[in-house]
Amino acid sequence: MSILVDKNTRLIVQGITGNEGLFHTTQMFAYGTNIVGGVTPGKGGEWVLEGKVPVFDSVKTAREATDANATIIFVPARFAPDAMFEAADAGIPLIICITEGVAVQDMMRVRNYLDQKKVRLIGPNCPGLLTPGEAKVGIIPGNIAIPGNVGVVSRSGTLTYEVLYAMKNLGMGATTCVGIGGDPVNGTNFLDVLEMFEHDPMTEKVIMIGEIGGNEEEKAAQYIADKMTKPVAAFIAGQTAPPGKRMGHAGAIIEGGAGTAADKIKALETAGVKVAKHPEEIPTLL
Amino acid sequence: MKLHEYQSKTIFSKYGIPIPKGRVAATAHEARQIAEELGGRVVIKSQVLVGGRGKAGGVKLAKDPAEAEQFATQILGMEIKGLPVRKVLVDEASAIEQEIYFAITNDRAAKKPVMIASAAGGIDIEEVAAKTPEKIVKLHIDPLLGLREYQARDVAVAIDLPREQMKDFVKIAMGLWEVYKATDATLAEINPLVITKDKKLVALDGKMMIDDSALFRHPELNEMRDTDEDAPAEIEARKYGLSFIKLDGDIGCMVNGAGLAMTSMDVIKLFGGEPANFLDVGGGAPADKVAAAMRIILTDPNVKAVLFNIFGGITRCDEVARGILTAMDEVKPKVPMVVRLVGTNAEEGRKLLENANMITAETLADAAKKSVEAARQGK
Repeated sequence: MSILVDKNTRLIVQGITGNEGLFHTTQMFAYGTNIVGGVTPGKGGEWVLEGKVPVFDSVKTAREATDANATIIFVPARFAPDAMFEAADAGIPLIICITEGVAVQDMMRVRNYLDQKKVRLIGPNCPGLLTPGEAKVGIIPGNIAIPGNVGVVSRSGTLTYEVLYAMKNLGMGATTCVGIGGDPVNGTNFLDVLEMFEHDPMTEKVIMIGEIGGNEEEKAAQYIADKMTKPVAAFIAGQTAPPGKRMGHAGAIIEGGAGTAADKIKALETAGVKVAKHPEEIPTLL
Repeated sequence: MKLHEYQSKTIFSKYGIPIPKGRVAATAHEARQIAEELGGRVVIKSQVLVGGRGKAGGVKLAKDPAEAEQFATQILGMEIKGLPVRKVLVDEASAIEQEIYFAITNDRAAKKPVMIASAAGGIDIEEVAAKTPEKIVKLHIDPLLGLREYQARDVAVAIDLPREQMKDFVKIAMGLWEVYKATDATLAEINPLVITKDKKLVALDGKMMIDDSALFRHPELNEMRDTDEDAPAEIEARKYGLSFIKLDGDIGCMVNGAGLAMTSMDVIKLFGGEPANFLDVGGGAPADKVAAAMRIILTDPNVKAVLFNIFGGITRCDEVARGILTAMDEVKPKVPMVVRLVGTNAEEGRKLLENANMITAETLADAAKKSVEAARQGK
């Protein structure tokens, strides 16, 4: 078992013929992900991956032909909001948006619209999902993680790889790794994913990787204290980050004295979470 | 991206928000001319992208054009919180009866825009928010519906706005919403919005911040960018699409991914060192970008050692190694370099760097320790 994606997921790729889209489609397909189609407006009827994956003009036609139940978006930032609206209107219940640099006001409109439609969005500006041994829906390198009983949730990309790699070196595997993305307004937050892990019978422990900015880690800490029965270990990036400076991710910024690493670490420790001093230490805390 | 007061107020005015008569000046002579045109008393306001200008002496009331010139001379020579004052705004002085705070900004937790207002506006608004939060009114706006007039009326009532100003306030609120939407602002703030002695509402000050991710559809706003508050290396980095922030330490860092870059800084600190910068070379990281990143790091004379931490995913370690070699050839660095390559094509990358006289590390902790050690020896 896992959360969000597994070997039965029927995935389409929006932006499948673009540089990044095609590269990662190849990687995901090689991993064994069940990719049933792709979308590039104007290229409907073509095939990619040596005739193995059909391309459609719209998400609607792709869904009708393939019965897809998840989509991954690789289109440039200025087109990504439209791609998310399109997927939601076509009735796809799970959207994973990898694209970085989507405008905040666009994301507020997308998020509020998707909430009304009860569509689950992961990202944007995220590495996607990996259920080791079953499905790779995103850009997390498949070979750095093995199947296991640890749920992993993170706001970061390469930092997540670092943790998965450290876990693998200790023989520790993951049920699902969820990259929720580094933007200030995103689709799914820590709390949502912790709830899913709490209810997933295969997940026995959880690793949470947060960073400065916002207060989602604090909300997660509250949930852990109130509801969670499974042990959680965490790491918070940005302990040395200066206030007022955006540390790469649009969401990683200490504003008006709020969102500091110290506050988050304190909230998590108060909730009984073991917080690591550096990422390679996290797996040893579980 | 932050906009200056004069830029913000010009935008406000386009959307029907009343602002004082006035213009921006780059010299004291110009300031005098504007004061003459306006007649009467004027306010000379430094245009720098930091708060607390008034408290720093960067805002002054002049009774005539001669005094306007004198104050403009003083203010144009000032530095406020390290930023040089290059322009002053010369505005007609207003007779103020009440100061209101009014803004629209993003509430990231609620995933919605929020309207914020207070009858206790002015320079002490932060203290008001901290000590008497009940004096601050907040109302969320549905991003799909937009601001509705009744919401603006609700806010007016909640801050006890005099009934005779209600209509004008609603117009200003709708105008500010249009400003926020049209410019992809993350903040559109009027503080103070004043009620004058003759019962008019005027936006005396303005502050705007624009979402960097939305600048592709606002080239005219991008041209307004003032880079004074950015370190030269940060401006150079932006040209190459690198995310770079200068810090005060002596260990230069080059990392792929923002989260991992922050973490590398943290781990350096954990082992007793001080990072000299935050630098995310991004995904992919082709050789020329890596070379540019290295040049930028090495222009900082404080740098005594450099740590490269690359976790290859989309980024290929051999490509990064080639970039490092190109840059070393060009820059001929004299400081020790610690390199850690993991993931995609790490083996090939390590082989390329075998003869480059670099210190290698297996884990992040190991890499941090070695760079702290190297920086100490370099002192």
